[in-house]
Amino acid sequence: MKKTGSQILLECLRLEGVETVFGYPGGTVINIYDDLMDSPINHILNRHEQAAVHAADAYARVTGEVGVAIATSGPGATNTVTGIATAYMDSIPMVIISGQVPTPLIGNDAFQEADMVGITRPVTKHNYLVRDVKDLARIIKQAFYIARTGRPGPVLVDLPKDVQMDSAIFEYPETVELRGYKPTVSANPRQLKKAVQMILAARKPVIYVGGGATLSDMSDDLLEFAELIQAPVTTTLMGMSSFPQTHPLSVGMLGMHGTFYANMAVTESDLLIALGARFDDRVTGKIATFAPHAKIIHVDIDPTSIKKNVRVDLPLVGMLQDVLFVIEKLRELTDDDAIVTTEVGQHQMWTAQFFDFIQPRTFVTSGGLGTMGFGLPAALGAQAAFPERQVIDISGDGSFQMNSQELATLVQYRLPVKIVILNNNFLGMVRQWQQLFFDKRYSQTCMELPIDFVKLAEAYGATGFSVSKPEEVEEMIRKGLETPGPVIMEFKVAREENVLPMVPAGAGLNEMVLV
Amino acid sequence: MKHTISVLVENEFGVLPRVSGLFSGRGFNIDSLSVAPTLDPTISRMTIVTSGDDRILEQVSKQLNKLIDVIKVIDFTEQDYVEREMVMVKVAAEAESRAEVLRIVDIFRAKVVDVTPRSYTVEATGTPEKLNALVELLRPLGLKELVRSGPIVLGRGAKAWKSAE
Repeated sequence: MKKTGSQILLECLRLEGVETVFGYPGGTVINIYDDLMDSPINHILNRHEQAAVHAADAYARVTGEVGVAIATSGPGATNTVTGIATAYMDSIPMVIISGQVPTPLIGNDAFQEADMVGITRPVTKHNYLVRDVKDLARIIKQAFYIARTGRPGPVLVDLPKDVQMDSAIFEYPETVELRGYKPTVSANPRQLKKAVQMILAARKPVIYVGGGATLSDMSDDLLEFAELIQAPVTTTLMGMSSFPQTHPLSVGMLGMHGTFYANMAVTESDLLIALGARFDDRVTGKIATFAPHAKIIHVDIDPTSIKKNVRVDLPLVGMLQDVLFVIEKLRELTDDDAIVTTEVGQHQMWTAQFFDFIQPRTFVTSGGLGTMGFGLPAALGAQAAFPERQVIDISGDGSFQMNSQELATLVQYRLPVKIVILNNNFLGMVRQWQQLFFDKRYSQTCMELPIDFVKLAEAYGATGFSVSKPEEVEEMIRKGLETPGPVIMEFKVAREENVLPMVPAGAGLNEMVLV
Repeated sequence: MKHTISVLVENEFGVLPRVSGLFSGRGFNIDSLSVAPTLDPTISRMTIVTSGDDRILEQVSKQLNKLIDVIKVIDFTEQDYVEREMVMVKVAAEAESRAEVLRIVDIFRAKVVDVTPRSYTVEATGTPEKLNALVELLRPLGLKELVRSGPIVLGRGAKAWKSAE
């Protein structure tokens, strides 16, 4: 039987097991939205396309499934770019469907036209422009396959309006044929043997775990491995939830805002075993003094990650009292499987430092791109995936306002996300750099206008609380967590707290600023 | 250091910018690029000459391998290969210089492919170095216009790359 392009698309999504998609309608996706009314797939209407992509991204991070977002052509599609780049940097499996003007108009500067294949080429794992409805089912099959296999990543499918309206006989291919794409790699047995010998010979081995450990669901193996060789485990921001931070072998995060002992352990180690990590500059500091005495074993699914930043010996393919208090209380009062998302800035680093993550896929943060405005829509996506679990967005006043319109989405879909705003009325992380490295010249980092976040919550039909005294923190967290529906909990914190320790950009890991 | 890389790709629209983007995104110039279909018409072969830091070019080569549309990448830097380029030169040829142009053409085993009373168009193939030498000899006679194809290369020996691999 013949189906239209938009029907074929939705049927493919259903066959890929997609239950929920996030998006925003518009002229060139109106056919998809029309057919969506007859489809079993749930759709969440975000209030901005960027937020839709972040929500789908977090949906993927907490479930391990492929996240799906839909946007219309032109401005709708360009609004997705930050979301796509965020997912790309953190290797998150996603399929983004963008509407496109009808094929005869492509290249004519038509109304709401943008070259999305061109714009997203450097921030997608792959992308497609569908020119013929007969190719659509094959392309969607390939898009999902590419997104979820190998090193995962976002795939964009640009779908012109006339292709959505054209008809073809629908047949979903059973297999994918891509001769240029070989995603599964097994380690070379000889290299593996060498790795074992190096581990046996090491006296001070350290395990360094990145986001790849989370993505490949290897937390149990990691725990067993660490206990077997009795090596301390340090994680990156992205790898944090893959190893219980309360375990005696955990030394916490390494790098710019890593713990003192993690950075010293790496500096003093004689063997560094890197698992699914990419030696990002925020992790290594100055390359020349990074793990100077260590041999390095690097295990990664992506050959382009190996030897990219560091030499590798064996490739296998006063402070923070109140802030600290808020985050530690939160950990105490939330469930072990509570999902925490963050925005980007000081609150993100404080969360990484003080919130002990225990279960995998419970910490959702924009590690690679560092996207402000990620946390709220991400919490929304996580809550849509797990309506029964606690989902908390830990946020700062700056980042929160970058996607605060999503309060409307939370209220509309009754998604009971709890939002913690650590409000210092500053863009705190930049202010910290200005304080330490620019002689306290606070150029454009003070948010002069204090926002009434309680009233803001109420304006959207959510609940808001605010405290400024440490002794009220615990009670408010209890109250906030117990209140049904979306809740904003604002904590007015000391204005000039810093994230410490800190390795200044470009310095070595042993050159930490401690106070 | 100079690198000559062959890239076998799906013969489809949109592949060229994916490949060139990996170079431009790192601020590398492509010195020359030639593309045409192979024995298998669904596959095109690109020959790219570029120069830059070896470590970064190794990254580029790995990134090329990662592109979905790229089937095979061959870096000829450490291999023995045959290299040929083609040039066409329009050279001024007035009364007294006509014979000199023809003598140079003869020495380089080049060919005259177009003649007017005031010019010759000369075609030659060879290694880029040989073509440089030819151009330098013709230059004093008055070069009007020049086009080069960029080199193409094949590995030496009986072994060949087959798409069925």
